[in-house]
Formats: sequence, C-alpha cells, structure tokens
Amino acid sequence: MRTPLYGQHAALGAKMTDFNGWEMPLQYEGIIAEHLAVRERCGIFDVSHMGEIAVSGGGAFDFLQILLTHDMRRLEKARWVYSPMCNPDGGTVDDVIVYRQGDGYLVCVNAGNTEKDFAWMKLNAPGGVNIVNLSEHFAQIAVQGPGAAEILGKVDTSEALLSAKTGYTGEKGCEIYLAPEDAPKLWDDLLRAGAVPCGLGARDTLRTEAALPLYGHELSKDISPLEAGLERFICFDKGDFIGRDELFVQSHDPNRRRLIGLTMRGRSIPRPGYAVLCDGVPCGVVTSGCPAPKLGVGIALALVTKEAQTYEVIIRGKNEQAGRTELPFYKRDGAL
Amino acid sequence: MRAYSKDHEWIGVEGGVGTVGITDYAQAQLGDIVFCETEPPGTVLSAGETAGAVESVKAASDIFSPVSGEILEINDAPAEDPSLLNSAPDQTWLFKIRLSNPAELDALMDENDYADYCRG
Repeated sequence: MRTPLYGQHAALGAKMTDFNGWEMPLQYEGIIAEHLAVRERCGIFDVSHMGEIAVSGGGAFDFLQILLTHDMRRLEKARWVYSPMCNPDGGTVDDVIVYRQGDGYLVCVNAGNTEKDFAWMKLNAPGGVNIVNLSEHFAQIAVQGPGAAEILGKVDTSEALLSAKTGYTGEKGCEIYLAPEDAPKLWDDLLRAGAVPCGLGARDTLRTEAALPLYGHELSKDISPLEAGLERFICFDKGDFIGRDELFVQSHDPNRRRLIGLTMRGRSIPRPGYAVLCDGVPCGVVTSGCPAPKLGVGIALALVTKEAQTYEVIIRGKNEQAGRTELPFYKRDGAL
Repeated sequence: MRAYSKDHEWIGVEGGVGTVGITDYAQAQLGDIVFCETEPPGTVLSAGETAGAVESVKAASDIFSPVSGEILEINDAPAEDPSLLNSAPDQTWLFKIRLSNPAELDALMDENDYADYCRG
C-alpha cells in the first residue's frame, strides 16, 4: 500500500522500506541528519499509514471508558488523550490516541493494527455505538522539533481536519490530519518553509531516545502496559475496563517484568531481540535498541524480570557491559 | 585489479595477500555506518565465513571473507571512525588476509560483472 505522499517521497529520492505492508520512506538524506534536524530545527514525517477509527453514538463515551485503560474524562478539558487498549488478560491490543471530533471521537491506531483494532472495537461495542474505519479518508503529517511552530506559521493549514500537539519524537510539534488529496500541497509547503523530510529510520531513533513505546516491541499481546512502564495511563479508579482485574493483580506484583533503559559502556550497539543478563544471569531481552544520534552511544529499552547491580547485553556472542539509565534517555529542555 | 563478492565485499590481491573492504554499493544500502568490528589477526577463516560486522543506524550486517585464509592485519581507522566506510569505501580496507586457496578468486566477480550484479 502507498500513502497519498508516495509521489513526494519518490521525487525526493527517499530510500523506501516495507512497514506492515506499507511502502514508506526509511530515509531521505540520512537517519542521523534527519534525527538531528528534528532535535535542533524541524522535521516532517508522513504518518498517513496510521489508522483512524471513528466512534460515535449515545454510548460512545461509556464504551471508550470500558475499552481503554486511561480515563476518558480527561477529554472534558483536553483535546486528546493517549491510552493503551488491553485484552482481558492484560496483554496489549494496541496503544492509541483518542481525539474529540464533532459529537464523537476519532481513535488513531497503529498502522499494522488497524484491522485488528477495528474488529476488537466492533466485537466489544454495545448497540447504539457506531464504529467506522475511516483510515483511507485521512492522510497525516507530523511536524516535529523546536522550530515546528515557526514553520507552521509560514504555511496554510486551513485544510486540516484535525490538528493536535502530539508526536512521537520527544520534541514539541503537532500532527495534522487532512484529506488525502490535500496532503501533497501541505507537505510541499512545509518543505518550502524549511522543514526537513524525515523517514521511519529517524522516527525510530527519535522515539527510542524519548523512550516512547512501539507496538510489537515494548507492547504486544504478551506485554502489558504496566510491564512497559505505562502505569500513568492506567486508571484503576475510573470504574471497570477491559483488562482491569489482571492489571490490578500485576500492579501489586513486585516481581512483574519491567521495562528499563540501558546505555552501552563500549561502542557496541544493542538491537531488538538481543539477550540481557542481570548480575550475570539471563533475565530479559532488548525490545528496542539503536545508536542514539544525539547521545553518541548505543541505547536499549529492555524488558527484564528483575533489577540488578550489573547489566550486560549479548552482542554477536560477546557479553557487553551496559549501565542502567533512567528513562527517557533524551528529554527536551523544559519538558515535564 | 579488484574482485567482488556477492556479499558486497571487494578484495585486492598482491603477493598472496588480499586486502578486503566493503563496496560503495554496500555502504549506500546500509546508510550511516556507526560501528565497525573485525576479527583479530590470527583468525583463520573459510571463504564466506563471518570476518566481522558493520552497523548502520538501522541494522547490523555481517562482513564475510571472500576467500579462505588467515587474517594478518586489521585496519583501526574504520573502527575509530566508521563514517570512513561511507565517505571512502574503496580506500577504507578492513583486513588483510593471507590466501590459503588463491583459486577461490576465480569464483568472484570482476568490476563489470559486479556492476551488473548490483543492477539486479
């Protein structure tokens, strides 16, 4: 599948990659240059592959309260809210952003999970709640970096269907939803205003530095949001929700798996799937790992079964020393 | 005269000793190279065996020895500054290897064949 911006990527000479069946730009100029552009100036990302599912009807709010772990009452004041979506066993179906949209809600889901999420939502929805997969009616452009506001001030965003100060890089910025046919003009305007086109490669290193979870890595049907360190997005006091009982048990289990940050002491680079040793004993696995362009070292998010004094990552058969690092690895100035 | 492997290594041979690096095509496919590691001198390898690894931001890739032999010397420069493999892949050798079976060179490609191979 291709996004409405495929022609733009081809014209820019992007190196393309497959992402869950989507032909997406991996990089344009290079991952490090694009990463630093977002940290220092402003980068734009085509995230049109993300899914959008509309939830409406009289019972929509109550349904979302049951479906998601976070408290949707936050939407009384906020334009959007981030939340995991769980199975009854506490495993994660997806992590989503819910926006207020008209009289109902728009749920933005991970591209590779769109069909699964749509089916899960329909399965759990009571009568009177309408669930519609609108993914093909939305393109999405993320504008990220300290210079995002200035760049956005130079372009006409009046065609935007929805815009919110969200992102996946650890920087300020916003994500703009618009009709597929309007996306190429906004993309080109943003480039003319000085934004740097960025691919999925930089998106991955940026979100790893910022310790933002990626479904299929830090979250999965076998990894609960509590294990992934997302307890602040689970509201046990809001009433019942899918997965609540199991998550509540987990929340009182001191031996549950936990996501930690590791920074390599040497030059080696941890990668997803590499084994982790805690005090010399196998105790977990790297879920995401890469060289951190802004930090100049190899970093990893790792799911481990216990805390330890020393950590090692097995890289090509060698035990490489790592230090525990408080997450996130990177936090922008002034960020909470 | 250099020869080229299907795994995108180049080798130049002089006096029974091969000098090995990765090709321009390989570095372009990898993108920003940020790590380079080669097996130490004294390591004996068969053709096609892992002689080290290079890593781009995105992924790790093994380096395979195009010939059998013993590693005599490794180049510290790309380990110190892996970006040399992007900026000057043809000049940045990784290791020198004493060939134990020079006939293996016949199985490698010349420059023209390799260019055709890369075009698919």
